[in-house]
Amino acid sequence: MSVTIYLPGDAAALALGADQVAVAVAEEAQRRGIEIRLVRNGSRGLFWLEPLLEVATPEGRIAYGPVEAADVPGLFEAGLIEGGDHPLRQGLTEQIPYLARQQRSTLSRIGVIDPRSLDDYLEHGGGAGLTRARRMSPAEIVQEVTDSGLRGRGGAAFPTGIKWKTVLDTAADQKYIVCNADEGDSGTFADRLVMEGDPFSLFEGMAIAGLAVGATRGYIYVRSEYPHATAVLEAAWIEAEAWLDGFRIEVRKAAGSYVCGEETALLESIEGRRGMVRNKPPLPAIEGLFGKPTVINNVLSLISVPHILARGAAFYYANGVGHSRGTLPFQLAGNLKYGGLVEVPFGLTLRELLYDFGGGSASGRPLRAVQVGGPLGAYLPESQFDTPLDYEAFSAIGAVLGHGGIVAFDDSVDMLSQAHYAMKFCAEESCGKCTPCRIGSTRGMEVIDRIRNRQPGQIELLRSLCDTMRDGSMCAMGGDRRCPGQRARRHLSDARRGHGRGDDPQALRHRQSQTLRLLPSLSGGDRGPTRLSRLLHHTG
Amino acid sequence: MQVRTQSPKLAELRRNVMELYISDHPLDCLTCAANGNCELQTMAGVVGLREVRYGFQGVNHFKTTEKDDSNPYFSYDPAKCIVCNRCVRACEEQQGSFAITLSGRGFDSRVTAGQGERFMDSECVSCGACVNACPTATLIDKRVIEQGQAEHSISTTCAYCGVGCGFEAEMQGDRVVRMTPSKTGQANEGHACVKGRFAWGYATHPDRITQPMIRASINAPWREVSWQEALDYAASEFRRIQQKHGKSSIGALVSSRCTNEEDYLVQKLVRAAFGNNNVDNCARVCHSPTGYGLGQTFGTSAGTQSFSSVEKSDVILVIGANPIAAHPVFGSRLRKRVREGAKLIVVDPRKTEMVDSPHAGAVHHLKLRPGTNVALLTALAHTIVDEDLLNEPFIAERCEKQAFDDWRHFVARPENAPEALANEIGVPAQRLREAARLYATGGNAAIYYGLGVTEHSQGSTAVIAIANLAMATGNVGREGGGVNPLRGQNNVQGSCDMGSFPHELPGYRHVSDDATRSLFEQAWGVRLQAEPGLRIPNMLEAALDGSFHGLYCQGEDPAQSDPNTQHVQAALEAMECVVVQDLFLNETAKFAHVFLPGASFLEKDGTFTNAERRISRVRSVMSPLAGKADWEVTMALANALGYEMHYDHPSQIMDEIASLTPTFAGVSYAKLEQYGSLQWPCNDSAPLGTPTMHAEGFVRGKGRFIITQYIPTDEKVTQRFPLLLTTGRTLSQYNVGAQTRRTENSRFFAEDRLEIHPQDAEDHGIREGDWVGIKSRTGDTVLRASLTERVQPGVCYTTFHFPESGANVITTDNSDWATNCPEYKVTAVALVRVEQPSTWQQRNARQDAKQRRLLVGSEIR
Repeated sequence: MSVTIYLPGDAAALALGADQVAVAVAEEAQRRGIEIRLVRNGSRGLFWLEPLLEVATPEGRIAYGPVEAADVPGLFEAGLIEGGDHPLRQGLTEQIPYLARQQRSTLSRIGVIDPRSLDDYLEHGGGAGLTRARRMSPAEIVQEVTDSGLRGRGGAAFPTGIKWKTVLDTAADQKYIVCNADEGDSGTFADRLVMEGDPFSLFEGMAIAGLAVGATRGYIYVRSEYPHATAVLEAAWIEAEAWLDGFRIEVRKAAGSYVCGEETALLESIEGRRGMVRNKPPLPAIEGLFGKPTVINNVLSLISVPHILARGAAFYYANGVGHSRGTLPFQLAGNLKYGGLVEVPFGLTLRELLYDFGGGSASGRPLRAVQVGGPLGAYLPESQFDTPLDYEAFSAIGAVLGHGGIVAFDDSVDMLSQAHYAMKFCAEESCGKCTPCRIGSTRGMEVIDRIRNRQPGQIELLRSLCDTMRDGSMCAMGGDRRCPGQRARRHLSDARRGHGRGDDPQALRHRQSQTLRLLPSLSGGDRGPTRLSRLLHHTG
Repeated sequence: MQVRTQSPKLAELRRNVMELYISDHPLDCLTCAANGNCELQTMAGVVGLREVRYGFQGVNHFKTTEKDDSNPYFSYDPAKCIVCNRCVRACEEQQGSFAITLSGRGFDSRVTAGQGERFMDSECVSCGACVNACPTATLIDKRVIEQGQAEHSISTTCAYCGVGCGFEAEMQGDRVVRMTPSKTGQANEGHACVKGRFAWGYATHPDRITQPMIRASINAPWREVSWQEALDYAASEFRRIQQKHGKSSIGALVSSRCTNEEDYLVQKLVRAAFGNNNVDNCARVCHSPTGYGLGQTFGTSAGTQSFSSVEKSDVILVIGANPIAAHPVFGSRLRKRVREGAKLIVVDPRKTEMVDSPHAGAVHHLKLRPGTNVALLTALAHTIVDEDLLNEPFIAERCEKQAFDDWRHFVARPENAPEALANEIGVPAQRLREAARLYATGGNAAIYYGLGVTEHSQGSTAVIAIANLAMATGNVGREGGGVNPLRGQNNVQGSCDMGSFPHELPGYRHVSDDATRSLFEQAWGVRLQAEPGLRIPNMLEAALDGSFHGLYCQGEDPAQSDPNTQHVQAALEAMECVVVQDLFLNETAKFAHVFLPGASFLEKDGTFTNAERRISRVRSVMSPLAGKADWEVTMALANALGYEMHYDHPSQIMDEIASLTPTFAGVSYAKLEQYGSLQWPCNDSAPLGTPTMHAEGFVRGKGRFIITQYIPTDEKVTQRFPLLLTTGRTLSQYNVGAQTRRTENSRFFAEDRLEIHPQDAEDHGIREGDWVGIKSRTGDTVLRASLTERVQPGVCYTTFHFPESGANVITTDNSDWATNCPEYKVTAVALVRVEQPSTWQQRNARQDAKQRRLLVGSEIR
């Protein structure tokens, strides 16, 4: 009787030597005359344990990790096949606290099933949503999604049901479902884990969306740096085509530009043009891909849909808080002890995520700030760590959850460099359409350099620049509203810390007071006083 | 919803955005070529930018980028680029070339030609759309860099192809700075091509002859004389010849490049002063079959649609035409429609630019064997009848029943089936059927055709076959459909309208019609001949026979443009008095006795009529270099002949035309001034002109189907002449090249080459660039070879823009059965690799050098 061994084939595990481990496992099993079935699953998202090898036992799947090829003979010697004890043994996978404390619902299958096997997918509860949707009218499906409270997981958090309804209500000879899988935010990887670990759920979500709005064709726009995801999707599609019964999906390799993650630039790119942002209106829901009504959703939004349809809107809605319903797969990255994927309902605090899951900084130094929501997202100081993870609470402090990417920094971080980096990222990745973003980002780097050199008037100039970028850009790349507050806070912090050695105390005080005077208008307009006090509190 | 466009906050935002623009822009406004005409400069002023807080020490493009001066007409200076993307959009959306793009991202975003090449090396076709769109001095005319900004502008009409683009001549005094396409130009709507936009420098080229000249024999030196002496000499010679050889021994050629008014005067001079009907024009060698074919079927000899009609077409059939090269502004419009989803069918022996245009490729390219148009068109008709795709209600209501029944019976014959003709045509039957189905069932279907249809021994039959197809499918009389000849020259439509034919008075009325003749006799105060006069080929024949001795040739160059050059040269040489009126000493002028300097389109007032029957004003922007506009010269010649003509302005000539020609009855300069242009028929029943013809009924009443029996040309491939030569045009050169060869356009296309399929080249031992002797039954010439799969095996191709090429030395005397339009498009030839030019070319070069020496002051020319 053969034993099933699971070893992730996802990009993270591969980067950590999973293929070498796989070879070693196969050889060792052969040497010992043990018949095994080696399944290359996706990653469960516990990256400090990758490559995470699992063996199926009557008690359940036992995890070992992180496994190197050299560990393999020893593991077999220790009775791997029966789940024998070993220093790398993590016990039953499901009971690893990091996993056990999560609520894996939309991501219940990643790392569990063989991503290339439709049978495996269906055996693990896949397909139920589509089966139900096929018995429903388009309007009923849209209503179900609306009722679930699902909001776009790409970052903008627009209610998915409302978007779908617009597409449903727009008559056209052809409509499209476009999946935005151009996952480019720093510190994010959930889309990739889904595509490499549970691609059928994405197909199913798109097919349901197609039934809901009357679309027969779908495109998955996959980040060009995700060759493994593309390969898995393409392999899985061969299996899925017949199952999806007429709904056709095409996998498109992205063009390598960050801005192509913006929905209208993404459409331009699929159409074969330079990825530049379109003016809205018209909304893509009315005139999208090739001028036709188009649903554009993020991977995480689309994979929530089969779950919602299978379990019902009420079940999904029951999780979460306020207007943020369901779960969100957070991605912990940066200076954290336990980086990885954490799917939890909205409402947890950032601190719980950082310490209870992330285990605090990897360096052991105190965490100073975390950036949430990608490279243009706000840097939140320790004082804001108790903010609940929900869209509105984050919005209230001028931040966003975005795609759920969290990058942590300890107290050695140079925030002025981070600000400089944000501008540099913008200067390199701007599509060039809006001048404030195209030129302003470069000027921003220069102004920050001058702030570092303590030239007078530069803070005010930076404020003005950020306002111009915010108000004069068509998309979030240049126009992200958090930009000014982010820089101000950073600057303030640096000023207070007396950034730069041999700082004259008088000059430091002067710069502090100057900065503080600027802050109200800088970071919140009419909400100035509140902002000021909060910032004083944060930095105090 | 209320939208506020002005507020303190917006003002600040605009100022701050402008500040960012200027932080990456050189501050050289006072010495910048766009100074005074720069949108960036203007907006900086409008928003009140007073300082750039970022300074100029940072990263920028204005110190690090290099200027691209490779294009002869405009320069690209990335230092001044604000990356507004307008040029890219103009290239894509207006021109359809997709030659420029934005490369790089973020701060590195730059406008780039091709794959980071220089403009000259890229796919750019120099239409100038990007230059027009540029708000700064980034893409700017070199003339503006050299001369500065214009101080006034005058609207006029392009003198190149039959599209008839409206232009603004931007002037400094009487000096042109640049020509910009007019946004209100109804034929072009703000677009232009490399010829009209840039290639107008010929007008002031040193080769211009600005002094009248006479000589006793073609081997004598020219003598510069006064206008009066030249005109008196010409008149006395014409009278002497007529006295000696009879009234019919002289004639005239009307120019299709001159204005309607000038053309009208020349034919009037012939009929009233010469007293015969020996007047013809270059339409004889291009679109005379259109006149015949459409006249017979529809009742009128012109295109049925406006250019804008193509925007409503669902299927576009282009046959024997390459509008991207020969009618570029319309070509762009057509491609735009194809990019929007219209289906394109191209019928052409060669894979033209039309076939594989970016994002506007043809659904079907029917790559037929040259000379088989009629077979192909009849096979398409057969499919339509055979598969019940006829528009029966249209036919029943609008067409003659008996003629239709006969036609239907004829095309339905098995020998006209695609399957029966496929071998002859060289296109699989299935392909033919698919194309026919698409044309008949794809929605609004339009046909655009060119000289690839008319210049055949069955040119008129092919035009008729086209008209039959349109009637059979009901694609006449409404927008989006129609039958549209793409006229070659700027005013070839007009010169035909003006009665420049031996058999027709203005308005296509036969000279034998007593009522018409008496109308003109009364107006002109003379007796008119009721018998048609001589056509061009007849004049040439008669000259060799000794019965035709004098020719007044205005703005035409038969010695280069007409077939069988040696025959034409011999005929000209046999004449006693050849009077040439032209800008340059052209090939025909080398056989002339009197040279009357012509005036370019920039030097005179008048009107041109384009391929959509649109009459547009030509306006003088400078005085005639030789002192007289062409209409004044013709008038003076008439007066010298003793026939009085008195006009103070071309508008008076137009008034006379309107009073004598029903289709022009409503045309006047005042009305043209008011409406910009008018499409004839323009009269009481259509006071603002007629964009779409045959809307209610055909001009002739009921449409007439005519049987189109395919008769293969005599010009057959044999063992001695194993290949077929066909001819065409290129984008940057125009016709005989007299104008464009005297511009920088020659940098785009410097010589006529022979295109050969690599397979044929290998069979003949010919490599790229080799000199190839091309021998036909008529003559031989030598061209360099260009190996390309654009031509099919067994077919070779060349252009005829350079006189030394002698392309017409090899074309034959074969011509259309109905109109004598020469069969330029099919010549059986033999190829052989050679080391030197042909005998004719060597002799012609000697002759050319000699004739130049005979010019006064030739040592300084």
